[in-house]
Amino acid sequence: MGEVMDRRPYVRQMPKSWWLGQRRYTFYMVRELTCVFIGAYVFVLLFGLFRLSQGPDAYGAFVDALQNPFAIMFHLLALAFALFHTVTWFGLTPKAMPLRLGGKTVSGMAIILAHYALWLVVSAGLLLMARV
Amino acid sequence: MAKSNKPIVWSLFAGGGMIAAFVLPALIFITGLAVPMGLLPENVLAYDRMLALAGNPVGKFVLFAVIFLALWHAAHRLRMTLHDLGIRSGRVAMLACYGVAGLASIAAAVVLLSI
Repeated sequence: MGEVMDRRPYVRQMPKSWWLGQRRYTFYMVRELTCVFIGAYVFVLLFGLFRLSQGPDAYGAFVDALQNPFAIMFHLLALAFALFHTVTWFGLTPKAMPLRLGGKTVSGMAIILAHYALWLVVSAGLLLMARV
Repeated sequence: MAKSNKPIVWSLFAGGGMIAAFVLPALIFITGLAVPMGLLPENVLAYDRMLALAGNPVGKFVLFAVIFLALWHAAHRLRMTLHDLGIRSGRVAMLACYGVAGLASIAAAVVLLSI
């Protein structure tokens, strides 16, 4: 019998902090970590709906709790990360969905700007709906 | 061709990323900052208004779509990021991420249907 061969694939060890050394890696990691704040905010939304389903008193307590300084701080952070997500997401749209119109390739900048334009309309619409 | 569930996972991720990009900044600003800080009147989030929103079928559907898709987006991205951060147990990460997103989506449906 010869030597037993190790058939496990080789995995190169990486330091856990690999993404801190280079700007573009850090940028990538910040972009990926936007999902933590997006997820957390969705849970806030979900909790608010749960309190809404419990009646006016429970819901009122939830709305009051949103004024807590920690809640404000969380939402400031969440807004910053959500904006970062929006900007990086729109920036990738020409690569994710290249568009051809009438035999011509639509320029990446046009696709990105179209997303920003629609985003402004949607955001303004939501703000208006909140005011009405 | 080999069967793969990747297109489904990825289109949910992409749909959620799109929804999140378009509506979350404004939603976070309105519910988490403008109303609590008094930039918008308190009645924006009044009980009756939110009840009317979550009480009608269209509102329920829109709320569920936003919650479900944004959660899947976050879960999928977190799963990939955990791998990048050196957590190599892909199966555990997958179960944890998609499991939490799935349970929360069910909870959202139950809560919305009860309103």
